Amino acid sequence: MMVFLSPIAAIGRSTLALLSAIGRVAIYAAQAVSHILRPPFYPREFLHQLLHIGWLSLPVVGLTALFTGGALALQIYAGGSRFDAQAVVPQIVAIGIVRELGPVLGGLMVAGRVAAAIAAEIGTMKVTEQIDALVTLSTNPLKYLTVPRILAATISLPVLVAVGDAIGIFGGYLVSTTRLGFNEAAYLRNTVDFLEPWDVTSGLIKGAVFGFLVALMGCYHGMNSGRGAQGVGRATTNAVVSASILILAANYLLTELFFTA
Amino acid sequence: MIALTDVHKAFGAKQVLRGLTLDVAKGESCVIIGGSGTGKSVCLKCILGLVIPDSGTITVDGQDVTTGDRDAFLARFGMLFQGGALFDSMPVWQNVAFRLQRGAQKRPKLEAREIAIEKLRRVGLTPDVADLYPSELSGGMQKRVGLARAIAAEPEIIFFDEPTTGLDPIMSGVINDLIREIVTEMGATALTITHDMSSVRAIADKVAMLHDGKIRWHGPVAEIDSATDPYLRQFVTGSAVGPIAAVR
Repeated sequence: MMVFLSPIAAIGRSTLALLSAIGRVAIYAAQAVSHILRPPFYPREFLHQLLHIGWLSLPVVGLTALFTGGALALQIYAGGSRFDAQAVVPQIVAIGIVRELGPVLGGLMVAGRVAAAIAAEIGTMKVTEQIDALVTLSTNPLKYLTVPRILAATISLPVLVAVGDAIGIFGGYLVSTTRLGFNEAAYLRNTVDFLEPWDVTSGLIKGAVFGFLVALMGCYHGMNSGRGAQGVGRATTNAVVSASILILAANYLLTELFFTA
Repeated sequence: MIALTDVHKAFGAKQVLRGLTLDVAKGESCVIIGGSGTGKSVCLKCILGLVIPDSGTITVDGQDVTTGDRDAFLARFGMLFQGGALFDSMPVWQNVAFRLQRGAQKRPKLEAREIAIEKLRRVGLTPDVADLYPSELSGGMQKRVGLARAIAAEPEIIFFDEPTTGLDPIMSGVINDLIREIVTEMGATALTITHDMSSVRAIADKVAMLHDGKIRWHGPVAEIDSATDPYLRQFVTGSAVGPIAAVR
């Protein structure tokens, strides 16, 4: 009998552990959000994080967008030629970048760079008792460490997405005009005429949500890091993996909400 | 001043504190000794509210530590952590002046820096250390910076968690002497946890031995060599043979 019950028990345990983890993350997120509008504020920490998360992620996001835009143009051209629709390259590149690939790839690249860095930094602070030291110095770690990072990521990701959109479209333009024989002025006109404000805005909203998730996962896993180098390593991995999965899941839900309602 | 009464704390199945009762009088320097894993650090963390006890009461000046204004409560404390726990993202002077740059004790930047440099001098460090980062300092210097940070806001109560761990005997002696001088000079109440018997003799007015989650022995430091308690005797002499199991 036990042989039959043990897999069911294992599924039950995993389900309970998952639900418990979701509950803990939700409570942590609610606490962080509730502290955003309550003093004391740490503007220096916020500006430092804005620089670290936003400005220093620009090269990664920019290069990702550039190559993605170029590859997208080639793929659409090759695929479109099967039914004589090569001319739609500017429109499909533009809509693909601003609605989906810009925010999602930007979010994933920032998750790899920023969630890992946040989890490693906060995790190391935890194992070296720096978090305890903050408390003894009358400073709430949630307010001092988590809130500035969440705020900075939520604000800077849409900006990164906007820059990534422009660079991604430029990547498509570059490949289309130099390799595929498109006319420069016609390509730009087709792109601008086709895009609607909501296409861009929806991508920026996605960016803000992804930024929040990236910083939340980095901070949560850092704060709950285990002891020693192994604990910090595991926290870092968990932060990147969970942030990436949440970005993809949130992307689906937001797309469903924005474009099928 | 600090009173712990029948404090219990378990982590999962591991019972760490089993009815800890201890009083530390105002202006007294009390040192808690005991083997590794006996709950010394947990005891300090319970007083500071970093760990919540399962049962028992902890009061400071008669007020329960779990009630009242938490910031005002913590402002009365300074703490030197075992590894220093310096913030490696900021230079030494900002570490020392951390409390003076934010919250109720906030001062103008220049004044905070001056106080930090003065405290660094007090612990035997020159002003040129102020702009270095913690990673550029030796272990002994990091302890001194940690000590400077603990005393920067002139707290009434100072906790020292293993202040000489990882230091050579000479640097340990320097840190011990500094702690004793500073505690006497500030009139602060001090609670230290350590394994190091030279620290005990240099710092303590009163010694409490923690074993199996309870205070096994306590008394003036002058009596530790004449005490007959077999647990204390074994700990003081560092013998592998005695009632305390060598393998725990």
